[in-house]
Amino acid sequence: MSAQILTITSGKGGVGKTTVAANLAAALAMMGKRVVAIDADIGLRNLDVVMGLENRIVYDLVDVVEGRCRLRQAMIKDKRQPELYLIPAAQTRDKNAVSPSDMVLICDQLREEMDYVIIDSPAGIERGFRNAVAPADKVLVVTNPEVSAVRDADRIIGLIEAEEKGPGQLILNRVKPAMVGRGDMLSVDDVLDILAVELLGVIPEDERILVASNQGLPLVMHGVNGASAGEAFRNVARRLEGEDVPFVELVQKQTFMSRLRALMNGQ
Amino acid sequence: MSWLDRLLGKNETSSQMAKQRLQMVLTYDRSDLPPGLLEVIKDDIIQVIAKHTAIDTDKVVVHLEQNTQENRLVAEIPLLAARARRNGAASK
Ligand SMILES: Nc1ncnc2c1ncn2[C@@H]1O[C@H](COP(=O)(O)OP(=O)(O)OP(=O)(O)O)[C@@H](O)[C@H]1O
Ligand SMILES: [Mg+2]
Repeated sequence: MSAQILTITSGKGGVGKTTVAANLAAALAMMGKRVVAIDADIGLRNLDVVMGLENRIVYDLVDVVEGRCRLRQAMIKDKRQPELYLIPAAQTRDKNAVSPSDMVLICDQLREEMDYVIIDSPAGIERGFRNAVAPADKVLVVTNPEVSAVRDADRIIGLIEAEEKGPGQLILNRVKPAMVGRGDMLSVDDVLDILAVELLGVIPEDERILVASNQGLPLVMHGVNGASAGEAFRNVARRLEGEDVPFVELVQKQTFMSRLRALMNGQ
Repeated sequence: MSWLDRLLGKNETSSQMAKQRLQMVLTYDRSDLPPGLLEVIKDDIIQVIAKHTAIDTDKVVVHLEQNTQENRLVAEIPLLAARARRNGAASK
């Protein structure tokens, strides 16, 4: 068995890469997989706090690259899941401390011991992006249903193909069904028409994601609680495992009453 | 936009606008041609053709068309002479 290496990237910042990385890593671990998440956002480390492991960091990715520790020593073990690990980014260095070939070397070492390596990429299309994509078997592009985010996703999809890591797969995050229903947000179909890319997941806007990151407990670890972003993340994990999971339609159809209400509110 | 506007078929929704704008901007992004360059190309085409025949310069259109396989530059250049003849007027 050899691990699958998944890189989560986006182009535009703040669209939810780190949230997706933490939840996918946790969801796969909860399915019994051996998972290591790597924070490749050197200098702006965040995956540690989203996963709630920030207090346990001793060594980081740059320590591994520069030979100050062994790879195993930099892998923080999650206490809630037996086979979930994090390799944190360095906070005080810049992205040039790591090269694409360093990343390939590290991931090759992890292949035999893990089922999944999930790499959280920094925003942008510079060195940090190339570091994150170099070892990837599959690249997941996160975007939001918003003009600038979709535009940047298109650019990234092109770059992934240029690096011969394509075709990327899409995760559309922060979909608001009511706005889609009202015609004020791009729908999943609109985005797919524009980007011509395979869809891997659709994640609704969900306040509990903020609650989860306040607590340092990824939403998927909160237990099953109906249709939510957590469920959507679990579905992505199952699709990665080869299951054919249907997509839930995220459009809130407008009823007569909701239209009337909107009309009276002057919307 | 309001529900009433939409009922009356007045405006397109903001998501339709977003989609159209994205399709337009991505056509240019993918072709690596700045949109302003088309104006320059248009002026050059007008000059070249005008050396040989009279054209309706105000109606010349140059735009980028995209399908899944290729980008193509499409120019529409109405010839003055042909239209003038059809209308039975003297060409100018
Ligand atoms: N589906 C969602 N619903 C609600 N909030 C969300 C959702 N996805 C992400 N967020 C919030 O959006 C913010 C940005 O998310 P995140 O840090 O994961 O983005 P990022 O792409 O990793 O950003 P950066 O480019 O800075 O690394 C966070 O506050 C997060 O809680
Ligand atoms: Mg991030």
